[in-house]
Amino acid sequence: MLRRAARAGVPLLRGGLGSPGTCPFPGPAGPVLLPLLPAGRACPSRAEPRARPGHGGGEEEEEEAEGRYGPYPGHIATSPLQKALLAAGSAVMALCDPYRHDMVAVLGETTGCFALPNLRDKMKHHPEGYRILQERPRIRLSTLDMARLRGLPDGTLGREYVRFLEDNKVSPDTRMPPKFVDDEELAYVIQRYREVHDLMHTLLGMPTNMLGEVVVKWFEAVQTGLPMCVLGAAFGPVRLSARKLRVLATDLVPWAIRSGRNASCILNVYYEQRWEQPVESLREEIGIFPPPAIRV
Amino acid sequence: VYHVFESVAKKYDVMNDSMSLGVHRVWKDILMHKMNPFPGTLLLDVAGGTGDIAFRFINYVRSVRERQLQQKLKHHQNLSWQEISESYQEDKSKSLGDSQVVVCDINKEMLKVGKQKAQHLGYSEGLSWVLGNAEELPFDDDKFDVYTIAFGIRNVTRIDLALEEAYRVLKPGGRFLCLEFSHVSNPVLSRLYDLYSFQVIPVLGEVIAGDWKSYQYLVESIRRFPPQEEFKAMIEDAGFFKVDYQNLNSGIVAIHSGFKL
Repeated sequence: MLRRAARAGVPLLRGGLGSPGTCPFPGPAGPVLLPLLPAGRACPSRAEPRARPGHGGGEEEEEEAEGRYGPYPGHIATSPLQKALLAAGSAVMALCDPYRHDMVAVLGETTGCFALPNLRDKMKHHPEGYRILQERPRIRLSTLDMARLRGLPDGTLGREYVRFLEDNKVSPDTRMPPKFVDDEELAYVIQRYREVHDLMHTLLGMPTNMLGEVVVKWFEAVQTGLPMCVLGAAFGPVRLSARKLRVLATDLVPWAIRSGRNASCILNVYYEQRWEQPVESLREEIGIFPPPAIRV
Repeated sequence: VYHVFESVAKKYDVMNDSMSLGVHRVWKDILMHKMNPFPGTLLLDVAGGTGDIAFRFINYVRSVRERQLQQKLKHHQNLSWQEISESYQEDKSKSLGDSQVVVCDINKEMLKVGKQKAQHLGYSEGLSWVLGNAEELPFDDDKFDVYTIAFGIRNVTRIDLALEEAYRVLKPGGRFLCLEFSHVSNPVLSRLYDLYSFQVIPVLGEVIAGDWKSYQYLVESIRRFPPQEEFKAMIEDAGFFKVDYQNLNSGIVAIHSGFKL
């Protein structure tokens, strides 16, 4: 029981023995640097927190000053049961309310326990992928030089990417940071996958409407094997009209699958160093077939 | 604590129903029956946020009032039609019989949700919404007949201050009622309860409200709260007499009651 609790960082409270320990903290408005239960920290006895309720604020500051516990900031320790419940709950919620992008993210994190190590290994065994794992680049508005990218010639990756962001009014900063992945390298892998998603849209030439998203999901499902992509690809079309479904089934999905199988691992491309490369050339290099000439 | 409830306000009621599987409604109904208010009672509901207790109070008093009126009518059988219709009109304007409930909460968002609910459900008279801190209530001494705090006192930093304030604002003869999560002594149930609390509730928080941490906080704050006897002692320290508690669901929830004499 103790070993399991220490591994998952889960509160030591089983059968009413200890107390959960750490003091209350406010709900986060943005990324939070306080994981729930630092793994190595002893839990104070039940009597303590009650006796000094006023110390809540003090302890909190001390924790923040000491730095983050857990594998990475924002990590929430979860037991296998919690992961299973989260996976089921987020799947249902994502289906019921497609605007809950956070649920899609949670589903990806809780079900990716086989696919993520697989992806990480693929990256490790590829020179460019290995470099990415070492250098850990992040695609964010603060790290991108938008003006420079906009100034690149048409048809280059950088120019088309910026065009995609502006046309669809999206930003690379809206990707959720991982919370439930326990290994920090795997957390980076899933973060990289999320940040590269927009580049996938650019390379595949798909907009961010429902149809475009489903096509990208099919591609990603074949490429990554993430259950979340597979589920998204399978259930996404449920909300499409019959006409769109036909286009999807006859042209777009077969092309997405063929490209996905033919292409090398999309996470093994150091996109930040290829902004000047023309999209067509990059497609050829990766192995993505030219998109069908259909208005999506 | 303020920020926790800011993010939690909108989904508060949905989460309450999911976490307790709707049982919290029964607990609140039992509280109201225990209170047994009659028309003319002035209630202060602290940390009453979304108005669950306040609405129940109004319903209860209304039904008691209706029964009162029916009783009155039975006795009016010898009067003329004129007199009967006059007394009818007089009573109609007082469907609550001068009862009033003041809902006090430290959080604006919770009050906002409460006001919207009141409008939506059609509660208009007899309700007031006040922003205030349980440790320092914005009311005069000896004002209220009943003081309730349902699932709120464990979030107060200085519980003793809140209890003293409760004593202060109650009239002599007034009643203090607290509905709160408490301690389960049965070891089997306790284990199951802990399992449910720590495993399921934060997951529900994440899935329904997108907020794991607030609900983890909730579960931890329940564990931190003093058990029944200790809380009873704290209430007695504040000056209340005839302090007693009633366990609901073997101690998952307890209603503590005290009188100011």
